[in-house]
Amino acid sequence: MRLTQGCFSYLPDLTEADIRTQVQYCIDKGWAVNIEFSDDPHPRNTFWEMWGLPMFDIKDAAAVMLELNACCKVHGDSYIRVSGFDSSHGWESVRISFLVDRPKNEPGFRLIRTEGAGRMVRYSVQSMTAVAE
Amino acid sequence: MNVVDKKPEKRSRYSAGVMEYRQMGYWDPDYEPKDTDVLAVFRLTPQDGVDPIEAAAAVAGESSTATWTVVWTDRLTACDKYRAKCYRVDPVPNAPGSWFVFIAYDLDLFEPGSIANLAASIIGNVFGFKPIKALRLEDMRLPIGYVKSFQGPPTGIVVERERLDKFGRPLLGATVKPKLGLSGRNYGRVVYEALKGGLDFTKDDENINSQPFMHWRDRYLYCMEAVAKAEAASGEVKGTYLNVTAATMEDMYERAEFAKQLGSVIVMIDLVIGYTAIQSMAKWARKNDMILHLHRAGHSTYTRQKNHGVSFRVITKWMRLAGVDHIHAGTVVGKLEGDPNMTRGYYDICREDYNPKRLEHGLFFDQHWASLNKVMPVASGGIHAGQMHKLVDTLGEDCVLQFGGGTIGHPMGIAAGATANRVALEAIIFARNAGRDILREGEEILETAAKKSLPLKQALEIWKDVTFDYASTDTPDFLPTATAAE
Repeated sequence: MRLTQGCFSYLPDLTEADIRTQVQYCIDKGWAVNIEFSDDPHPRNTFWEMWGLPMFDIKDAAAVMLELNACCKVHGDSYIRVSGFDSSHGWESVRISFLVDRPKNEPGFRLIRTEGAGRMVRYSVQSMTAVAE
Repeated sequence: MNVVDKKPEKRSRYSAGVMEYRQMGYWDPDYEPKDTDVLAVFRLTPQDGVDPIEAAAAVAGESSTATWTVVWTDRLTACDKYRAKCYRVDPVPNAPGSWFVFIAYDLDLFEPGSIANLAASIIGNVFGFKPIKALRLEDMRLPIGYVKSFQGPPTGIVVERERLDKFGRPLLGATVKPKLGLSGRNYGRVVYEALKGGLDFTKDDENINSQPFMHWRDRYLYCMEAVAKAEAASGEVKGTYLNVTAATMEDMYERAEFAKQLGSVIVMIDLVIGYTAIQSMAKWARKNDMILHLHRAGHSTYTRQKNHGVSFRVITKWMRLAGVDHIHAGTVVGKLEGDPNMTRGYYDICREDYNPKRLEHGLFFDQHWASLNKVMPVASGGIHAGQMHKLVDTLGEDCVLQFGGGTIGHPMGIAAGATANRVALEAIIFARNAGRDILREGEEILETAAKKSLPLKQALEIWKDVTFDYASTDTPDFLPTATAAE
């Protein structure tokens, strides 16, 4: 399967130059840029591991790209996402989030149906990666 | 507008009989509205021969304390306070015989946190008043103290995005078509294909409730099977607006509960259920972590014509207070009524914490929202992938773009239609962020993206010439000419 979370998963995988344009966009907006990685991309798995702290007050995308390359080296076969965080009043949350790297082989998810009374079904999406561990 | 009558002496004011409204204290050109007043501006067309000031005073009177004759029981109250005061009457530009009438209402006239009470006061009686040929409530200013008495949207744009894990782009939806006649099983098929193909939401139409061809429980069961399956296939949170509109509150709660048990993240209501039912559902949604989608079914019966009714910006303000997370607010480019400037006004009411007065957008007052949650505007009706650059440029990214026909009508099927829309959207957002001028270069950006996406290529080919180019009915009064929708 192909995980389609984030802003650009329906486009061809982003090149380094592509990523740089989006990082620069975040910086120009005054947003902090955050790099996160995970082997478990379950849609409710909100808290991926952070690669260091969010980068506040960065002037140039180059600094972020340096960190991103370092993260890719260590976690090359994980999902890696970049997000822009806006601390201004009324938002104080993520403003953009996109995947920049993904495992070569994406194991995907399994849908578990638990049947109840009548025709009631409880659905649970299980991450195949998490099961294997 | 130079008629300034002296207020009569107290004694003669309360003599039995019939008196002009303006002499009863409902016309006060020297009145300075207080920060705590509720303000309203009406477009007033008096009957031929009726003095506009007297008609305006009558509107103030009939929407507050007055009746047609003098009543001595006024003397038992602090009646000066409770009288609404018309403080300004301006001619409408380029429209002889109609007037903008500004009226201030004391905050004590209103029950806290009740749209029904606000509506009953401001539009309760006065629209049928004989001396008036036509009347339209154009805009309102709601004081902060009053705004704070409402719960507001149960979720809000920010938390909705956090829950859905979707940031930085408009959300994508589609209304299941045909609107009527599909069985639950077939209906669920459309939902599955659309969500799997790349949409975030699908939607029941306003008149899908529980009909002979599809009982509501059947629809919910098949739809949630489709949602769960699409989530597992994509790894994304998906939703379908299950319409819980029904004959009674008890029925609506029952349907909403069932939607919740099946794991839905969102339910939907129609505007026709009424303000009180909407506020009840807003409370239910807040209590149950549910996003609440409002379809503005029926609004055009009173919002569309310029001379009579209630403008949609007032309805939007009321709905932000009442507490809905989504509201259909126009597309500008699509098939339904929507002047670009007026639409901009509605979007600002939904999404900003402060709306400065902007007459060209139909906003007559400064309005502070006191950090009340924001409403996600929904653009729906006659839009397709080839307009994506215009939609993003005009509507911004905090909205839902709904492509019903523009998804389901794709020649290669529903999933392909969904993919076409998603690819188009992501390509435009990427290009915008990368600094390109999407309005000028939009078509080229989409063509380039289509080279790597067959579904988008096909969508652009089939719908390339589809536009709905009609002049709008509800247009601003403070621009020289009506702006045609593109």
